[in-house]
Amino acid sequence: MAIVQETIDTVREATGAYKHGFVTDIETERAPEGLSEDTIRFISAKKEEPDWLLQWRLKAYRHWLTMKEPVWAKVGYAPIDYQASSYYAAPKSAADGPTSLDEIDPELLETYAKLGIPLKEQEVLSGVRNVAVDAVFDSVSVATTFRERLEKDGILFCSISDAVREHPELVRKYLGSVVPATDNFFATLNSAVFTDGSFCYIPPGTRCPMELSTYFRINASQTGQFERTLVIADKGSYVSYLEGCTAPQRDENQLHAAVVELVALDDAEIKYSTVQNWYPGDEEGRGGIYNFVTKRGLCEKRARISWTQVETGSAITWKYPSCVLKGDDSVGEFYSVAITNNRQQADTGTKMLHVGKNTRSRVIAKGVSAGHSQSTYRGRIRINPMAHGSRNYTQCDSLLIGDECAAHTVPYIEARNQSAQVEHEATTSKVSEDQIFYCRQRGIPEEEALTLIINGFCREVLQELPMEFAVEAQKLVGISLEGSVG
Amino acid sequence: MEKNAAMTLLSVENLRVAVEGEEILKGINLSIGTGEVHAIMGPNGSGKSTLSHVLAGRDGYQVTEGRVLYKGEDLLAMEPEERAQAGLFLAFQYPVEIPGVPTVSFLKHAMNSVRKAKGLNTLDAFEFKKIMDARLADLQIDNSMVRRPLNAGFSGGEKKRMEILQMALLEPELTILDETDSGLDIDALKVVADGVNAMRSPDRTTLVITHYQRLLNHIVPDRVHVLAGGRIVRSGDPSLALELEESGYGDMVTAA
Repeated sequence: MAIVQETIDTVREATGAYKHGFVTDIETERAPEGLSEDTIRFISAKKEEPDWLLQWRLKAYRHWLTMKEPVWAKVGYAPIDYQASSYYAAPKSAADGPTSLDEIDPELLETYAKLGIPLKEQEVLSGVRNVAVDAVFDSVSVATTFRERLEKDGILFCSISDAVREHPELVRKYLGSVVPATDNFFATLNSAVFTDGSFCYIPPGTRCPMELSTYFRINASQTGQFERTLVIADKGSYVSYLEGCTAPQRDENQLHAAVVELVALDDAEIKYSTVQNWYPGDEEGRGGIYNFVTKRGLCEKRARISWTQVETGSAITWKYPSCVLKGDDSVGEFYSVAITNNRQQADTGTKMLHVGKNTRSRVIAKGVSAGHSQSTYRGRIRINPMAHGSRNYTQCDSLLIGDECAAHTVPYIEARNQSAQVEHEATTSKVSEDQIFYCRQRGIPEEEALTLIINGFCREVLQELPMEFAVEAQKLVGISLEGSVG
Repeated sequence: MEKNAAMTLLSVENLRVAVEGEEILKGINLSIGTGEVHAIMGPNGSGKSTLSHVLAGRDGYQVTEGRVLYKGEDLLAMEPEERAQAGLFLAFQYPVEIPGVPTVSFLKHAMNSVRKAKGLNTLDAFEFKKIMDARLADLQIDNSMVRRPLNAGFSGGEKKRMEILQMALLEPELTILDETDSGLDIDALKVVADGVNAMRSPDRTTLVITHYQRLLNHIVPDRVHVLAGGRIVRSGDPSLALELEESGYGDMVTAA
């Protein structure tokens, strides 16, 4: 038992050393605190939005007023005061519209450097690392790279604000088409007040030549973050999209309610990967990010959407990346690693809605719990009456470290078609002392042994990530669970 | 005393060990010189595995009396990984399965941990592979084995070969074989014995723990000790092992 206790202790120490805990002092132009139609008009005016979008936001807001915050998830937190938050903050330098990295606030660039995002190098090394970064600082995109190069292939990759201005027909057609403005409490709130996010469109038959990535970072104190991401893969196209997140340490809980919509038209494929490392709070759970995210993808005929996520941060995670398998022969995949520690609470999983014939879905969910954390897998597999010959395979594995954490698996399976095949497997295990001792006897220090074992447990999921992300994610697994590595 | 310590690699002095309050080892005295091969034989429940676990530093054992010196240092004060880094290797009776961890990654990690502790440079994937391939060839182990997750789904024989491969890679100064022969057919037994014998040299020391005499036909020890009832009841030359084969442990156990 001694090993396990020691592990818990080192894990406790880890919280004091949150690697990305710093605050950048940049002047922000923020909306008045509180939420009202005036706030929404302020945001929309600030962003010089067309009237249809303002009306869309207002409609969402009015609907939101009639909704109740959901309580079914296995997470507990003090009531959120939606009036105590500011809904818009833009770094001032953004108002001047920098056209190159040279014009960007050096302090901001320094922040990125601390986070290990060599933005400047990104451009210089473009031939070496094919990663385009649309960096989101607070709520407004301040730097977009590689856009020109992508435009050669007709690929649009920009902030959603730019997209509203430059490609209104696409935004108007697809915004809210997968996650309607009235979908759920948090998504509806997002629809009313979203400030920025990323937009991506891949034209028919085009294979995006590089991994697209966005780094989100919450910075201004007490600013709720409402990101909106819209990815459209036109017929027969392919795109791999990476999303990585870190945030500075702070005292108050911060609300984050993002919406991600993916549209995969006939024969298209979207691979969406996330590494989420937001501040999880101190060891008592104070000050961590509340992460209520709605992510959903729509698959037309023979399309494929693959969600891969590594969730290590946030005080509360409420997140169910889902696929609507509308087109015949479409495929949905969900690969997830959720690591919780201390007082973190994660309620995460997926929904696979089989609508078309011969649709297939595959779910691999790995949960690792340590400290006093709670981790829940919640998944819904629904086979509609017309989804003949559809199949699902779900595998949920939970790994526990110590005696005071918990893992729960809550599968909902609805098969309304007799020809459907649905499989669900679930396991729960503990990191065994035998495994740790075996590694140590070979000279591997205890904490490295734990990281090695956890990475082995998560391997099936981690190997779905693009290479450079996989390496980062493996390190993150170590940082999340160890004192010395962080 | 000083002179003696230089020649003695491992010195166990009046070691008493309890598990959950019950005394298992009741005063073990054992001295192994550098380059020697010693065998500890004994019936089930005599404390053989307890001894190997205590030497390797496993949790769950209370040392109530005595001490163990390894290269003149207090072995019992060292963490398990420090003991391994100092050249102590335990070939497990039941090697542990670690799903999802490719054997080759584990081996490289282990080897580099030991090298780092010794102040040597760590090996990159290419350098490591060269060394590993050579050892695989020596031991006639198929390359496909190291691509599988560590020990996961391995047969009993494969697991024991994996232990010997790890021993060959880590080049320990003191190897403890904890009933490595159990569950092995004669061919696998020979592979294990050949692996150990190939490493025999004046600066490699081996402690063979076994229930049966047959392994000692292949790994011929310098000294044989009989462990019974938590004490070493007899020590002698290899002929003692043959004697046991004839008469069994019965007399020894009563003597204990």
